Amino acid sequence: MSGVVDAELRPVRGPSALGGGWGRFVDLVYLISVTEFKRTYFGTALGYLWSVARPLILFGVLLAVFTQIFRIGSQVPNYPVLLLFNIVLYGFFSEATVSAVQSIVNQEGIVRKTQFPRLVIPLAVVVTSLINLGFNLVVVFIFILAFGVDPTWTWLLFPVLLALLFVITTAVSMIVASLFPRFRDVGIVWQVLSTVLFYATPVLYPLEIVPETFKDFLLLNPLTPLFEAGRAWIIDPSAPGPISAAGGFEGLLAPIALYVLICAFAVWIFNREAPMIAEEL
Amino acid sequence: MSSAAGATSTRRPAPRPVAIDVRDVHKTFHIPTHRVDTLKERVAHPFARQDFRELRALRGVSFDVRRGEFFGIVGRNGSGKSTLLKVLASIYRADRGSIRMAGRLAPFIELGVGFNNELTARENVALNGVMMGLGRREAARRLDRVLDFAELGEFVDLKLKNYSSGMLVRLAFAVMVEADADIMLIDEVLAVGDASFAQKCMDVFERRRRAGKTLVLVTHDMATVQSFCDRAMLLHDGEQRYTGNPEEAVMRYFRLNFRGADDGRLPAEPDVKLVDAWLEDEAGRRVDNVEQGKPIGFNLIVEAHTEVPGPSFGFQVLNVDGVPVFGFGGALTERLDQRDRIVPGQRARVAATIDNRLVPGRYSLTCSISRNRSQRDLVLRDVALLDFVVTGTEPNPGMVSVRTDLVARVERK
Repeated sequence: MSGVVDAELRPVRGPSALGGGWGRFVDLVYLISVTEFKRTYFGTALGYLWSVARPLILFGVLLAVFTQIFRIGSQVPNYPVLLLFNIVLYGFFSEATVSAVQSIVNQEGIVRKTQFPRLVIPLAVVVTSLINLGFNLVVVFIFILAFGVDPTWTWLLFPVLLALLFVITTAVSMIVASLFPRFRDVGIVWQVLSTVLFYATPVLYPLEIVPETFKDFLLLNPLTPLFEAGRAWIIDPSAPGPISAAGGFEGLLAPIALYVLICAFAVWIFNREAPMIAEEL
Repeated sequence: MSSAAGATSTRRPAPRPVAIDVRDVHKTFHIPTHRVDTLKERVAHPFARQDFRELRALRGVSFDVRRGEFFGIVGRNGSGKSTLLKVLASIYRADRGSIRMAGRLAPFIELGVGFNNELTARENVALNGVMMGLGRREAARRLDRVLDFAELGEFVDLKLKNYSSGMLVRLAFAVMVEADADIMLIDEVLAVGDASFAQKCMDVFERRRRAGKTLVLVTHDMATVQSFCDRAMLLHDGEQRYTGNPEEAVMRYFRLNFRGADDGRLPAEPDVKLVDAWLEDEAGRRVDNVEQGKPIGFNLIVEAHTEVPGPSFGFQVLNVDGVPVFGFGGALTERLDQRDRIVPGQRARVAATIDNRLVPGRYSLTCSISRNRSQRDLVLRDVALLDFVVTGTEPNPGMVSVRTDLVARVERK
């Protein structure tokens, strides 16, 4: 009960991306993402198993294709677990960003009638996928150990990798979510683009087997160094790692710049669009 | 503009602190006349200046509401009332001006508080509590009280998409009430369920008033404004026409309607004066909103200032876009001393039962009165009498839902 205390007059500034207290912000993101996660798997016969089963099925198919048909797999140490690891990480990125596209429109009922920091919506989508990723990673690490990969101290760097992936995923989600109410094409464009990115990121293959001309192009992708780092830190300590894979630190400048640029653009566009979102639905 | 003078004529002069302070608030919507929704259209016509229609929804609105005060906002459809409420609730951002508030806020807008229909009542109540600024635990604890108030305890784990419209509104209202906010912003309060529930809501409001809570109420129901509000504001085309005594605000509202859409000055002496107009449900209760498919009882009382021989009454129901959906009308069916006329000082009452085929949405009802049984000799022309909402869960395409018998079968060869 709040009672009638001598509350001060405070300026009301209208809807925005953030604001309204951090406790409330965190509570909202937590509540929306957990409910959404439960809702996705509630009522299905296999429940949460599906969240793990989906990437495993994709993994099985790709493993068969790339070890039995194309045979790139045989040149790469620990290829099966590398493939599984990469698929799960990329799955997080694409699942979060693709569902972020329609997130604001899907929450129309709430957006049109309540005041809350608008950033909650795309962020909750990313956190929902993050919960999913958590379940998946448990399975992935069981596979990694069962495959005979020995833990190294670099495993401790994994949270850094996850944090960097989380930030870029959130940034992209913010961009697509804020543009969609005005430009409905964003939905289709992003669906295509995320498939293209799947192949333009070293998910199925390591960077060093890519022809030189193509490599420069792949190195523009901010996700490339992240996946190379994951490979070197977790799966295969003998792998070149992000810096030498890029041919020295200069090679990393472009993807880092792009990474920062995407994040800055996300903050700018979301701040610009947030106050208007309720009017555009 | 008489707002300055009006502000002093409050029913209870209150030296209490200001709870809401609004200064010179403007809001303009840019509505594309040709909506460019896809990139292709942008790319195909990069230099085509988009044509915007400017809709100036609020043009410099200023007022304050003191703590414990019940403040009414009245005006016709499109006058800016709902926009003002949404700006106060931080759903829209004002283009210009300042708004300050003291205390926690609970809005009730468009018959709801912002639910996700895919979630259960339990999940929605928790989410909404947090939105309104409660902690997660506190919000979960509130659940029982909310369900109790809404009388929906047994449906706690039902997804809202399976709720009836009446249940939804009750749940939403209970959520708003139990938020125990310092300031309540309410759009169309009388839409809440049946008569006993509406009475319960009124009781809650009275208790909240005694507890010093502040309430801002947007409504079409003039009786509520008069019986309920300490002060009221009349909006017309986004302009603040009057702020002060509720009776005066209501009178000016009716006068505005009589004059159509012009400046709202008093006509010299109208031939016919509107006394009251309202809708009833099947049980004969006054309502502001009707359920889809349920017959609407319509009532109008007018008083003649000059003699009106051979009066006939014509009514139109317009949808939210101002498109007439249907009309009805008639002449006097019961006369006094066999004369087909209304003499000065006499009142006439029109009562009609309307078969309700309207799809859910907002509507307004206009009235024209003519004399000498002629369609042309108008005493009143297209006066907006009242606005109402048809509630329902099945938004059909089109403007009306028509009873159909449909048979589809596979033919034998």
